[in-house]
Amino acid sequence: MGRIFGGLIAGLLFGAGLLISGMINPAKVIGFLDLAGNWDPSLAFVMLGGVAVAAIGYRTVLRRGQPMFEPRFTLPTRNDIDPSLLLGAGLFGIGWGLGGYCPGPALAGLGFGSPETLVFVAAMLIGMVGARLSGKFFSGLTWKPKSAA
Amino acid sequence: MDNFTPLASLFGGALIGLSAVVLMLLNGRIAGISGITAGMLSPSGATPDRGWRTAFVAGIIIAPLALVLVTGTRPDIGFVAPVTVMILAGLLVGFGTVLGNGCTSGHGVCGIARLSTRSIIATAVFMAAGVATTFIVRHVMVGG
Repeated sequence: MGRIFGGLIAGLLFGAGLLISGMINPAKVIGFLDLAGNWDPSLAFVMLGGVAVAAIGYRTVLRRGQPMFEPRFTLPTRNDIDPSLLLGAGLFGIGWGLGGYCPGPALAGLGFGSPETLVFVAAMLIGMVGARLSGKFFSGLTWKPKSAA
Repeated sequence: MDNFTPLASLFGGALIGLSAVVLMLLNGRIAGISGITAGMLSPSGATPDRGWRTAFVAGIIIAPLALVLVTGTRPDIGFVAPVTVMILAGLLVGFGTVLGNGCTSGHGVCGIARLSTRSIIATAVFMAAGVATTFIVRHVMVGG
């Protein structure tokens, strides 16, 4: 029950942040990505605020032995730069530039019922499942041919 | 820079950072939207923690609606692409974020806050790809 409460509180804060920051508006996000246009640097301030609070907060929280509703912290441990990280980030960036939506703002906009948001989220979920299903193929991607290893 | 909103964006960003800290404090998890959402879709056997993931996504959807109801002002939501392009954009964002293990939140906020090398590089790549795509769509393809 605690974990569900934790998820809900964090999700509410996140959704409020997306609305107040203006990221819920794809046109504003494109205004940031469009360096050659009428550039709007606002998104840099969203990232600055988010990174600053998270960096300070994580330092404090991770000093505790464990989180409140779980036995341990679940933190990414990988440090390698593999092809699927670069390919995935590249494909994501192209989709972000085409639609002005990354996953959070698209979900946050769902309640306003625009067809553009609804089809984007539906397609995004299909893309996620597709990536999961093809995971075996892509997780096998390496920089060198296997025989050379 | 007509639409520049530094204070609102800084405050909204701080709320997103606070969300990340709260999720770490309570559930010990990174607040990565693509990872949380993709995990929600996994077969139930593979994901025993579907409950909190669903609650997180519900919170993201509910909060903007609740704020709009309370304040009585609808947010500006403007689209730059037709529905057909949004389908392609959604497929790329969904596929790419799962393949690359994260999006703007997981890599761009949480990962950079942890000084993760993977996240810093992923953020540079998706930012560059987003800028390049926007340039091509808005300045090359329309000839403007």
